[in-house]
Amino acid sequence: MHYVLIGNSIASTGCIEGIRKHDIQAQITVIGDESYHCYARPLISYLLQEKTTVEKMAYRCEEFYEKHKVRILSNSKVSTIDPTKKELSLADGSKVGYDKLLIATGSSAFIPPMKHLEKVKNQFTFMTLADAEALNEALTKNSKVLIIGAGLIGLKCAEGILKKVKSIEVVDLANRILPSILDEEGSNRVQAHLEEEGITFHLQDSVAQFEEGKAFLASQKVLDFDLLVIAVGVKPNVELAKSAGIEVERGILIDHHCRTSCADVYAAGDCAQGWELTTQTRRMLPLLGNAFMQGECAGSNMAGVETRLEKSIAMNAIGFLGLHVITAGIYEGEDTIIQSKTGYKRLFVQDDYLVGYILVGDMVDRAGIYTSLIRERTPLSSLDFSLITEQPALMAFAQQVRKQQLGRAQ
Amino acid sequence: MVDALKDKKIRPRIKVEQQGSISFAVNCRHCTEALCVKNCIAGALSQVDGLIVIDQEKCVGCYSCIMACPFGALMSNEEGVMQKCELCATNSHGQPVCVQGCPNKAIVYEER
Repeated sequence: MHYVLIGNSIASTGCIEGIRKHDIQAQITVIGDESYHCYARPLISYLLQEKTTVEKMAYRCEEFYEKHKVRILSNSKVSTIDPTKKELSLADGSKVGYDKLLIATGSSAFIPPMKHLEKVKNQFTFMTLADAEALNEALTKNSKVLIIGAGLIGLKCAEGILKKVKSIEVVDLANRILPSILDEEGSNRVQAHLEEEGITFHLQDSVAQFEEGKAFLASQKVLDFDLLVIAVGVKPNVELAKSAGIEVERGILIDHHCRTSCADVYAAGDCAQGWELTTQTRRMLPLLGNAFMQGECAGSNMAGVETRLEKSIAMNAIGFLGLHVITAGIYEGEDTIIQSKTGYKRLFVQDDYLVGYILVGDMVDRAGIYTSLIRERTPLSSLDFSLITEQPALMAFAQQVRKQQLGRAQ
Repeated sequence: MVDALKDKKIRPRIKVEQQGSISFAVNCRHCTEALCVKNCIAGALSQVDGLIVIDQEKCVGCYSCIMACPFGALMSNEEGVMQKCELCATNSHGQPVCVQGCPNKAIVYEER
């Protein structure tokens, strides 16, 4: 048996651990196009803030690959997959055969067409460690930075470099920041906080065209800048799968076992589109925990132990300069809002289930109790909902349930 | 003791819940399939001999584990990185201090 994993990030690490739970012998080969030990991409903003180092960013201990008997082909790129011969062709011309294959090719920065973008010399994306290092190299105390995109990546980048540059301006087409995870009130609170910290926003606006060092916005404003960061969004890396005839929608379609439409080929992480619990549809969930769990599930199945992933939901924990935000699920159904000067909470209930939540500021404590209500589809009528609305607490569960939760090994 | 702690934010590693006459301590359950470990972006949480431990040097305080833990068993320390009950196995207290100190002997330390 030869397991081959394309991509050396979180999904592949999950897959290695999933395989090795059941099969400690067979050969595992990981083919990755970066030269680092597996690291989590969301850490790059913390690296720029100096809250971590490249060494500490290693996702697993140094001996991980040796311990799990994994052969790593780094700086290697797969050009094609031949599912009939069960063989990969690499960019350097070599071939690698497989018995079970994991596609964990991740996602890349999406760069929309913008007029005269080619005139901008100092332009960056913010996805990889190499991106962060290049940006860090280029910036100075006097840099005026323009970020296109007020989503998770753009704003984490802003946080990462704020103390190192002169100014940061953020342009986004949407009328509010972080629209993928926050409602209007949540967006407003985070925006106000970031503005207080010195970041300037130009919302409902876009770059009509660039000149070197200048951006002309649709609103007629003209912004001077030294460094440009494009953080409009990500696109899943699906070309390899597509050209091998594997079924792809937005991402590589996978079932509850993380199998693709092609025999013995699995997919996991940002490139995959798997089943989401609350909507019962296949969705893109480009989140670290999801990548790990899909990879782990694929690994177990590749090793012949049937495992299903049933409880995937969207969830995000993110902080900006001391303000924490945790969100999960979908924002549909009846809502309940609790707010104070320093915190904001909105819960979403559909039928008898919690299906989503938004927590900002000092409302984030013990958020996982809410996450668990969503993931476990706990009927709300079975617990003290008014208590748990006020604050997530195990007290709200029936005594019998609590006994189970706290009296036994989990 | 109460005076000594006045105006000081207490940052316990366990959470005591109270309502009316009911109270109980919630500490890390050291889950076999630990969602905090699977969701940790920094690789700072890991399972060592059945114990879930935090490498506070690696933790960046992103709160992913707070988002994931079904028991609400993780909290941040003064530096903004995570802490939780590690059964006093990673300090020099031996028998967990909450067990030693609980006047009602409501917390026990045993294999289940």
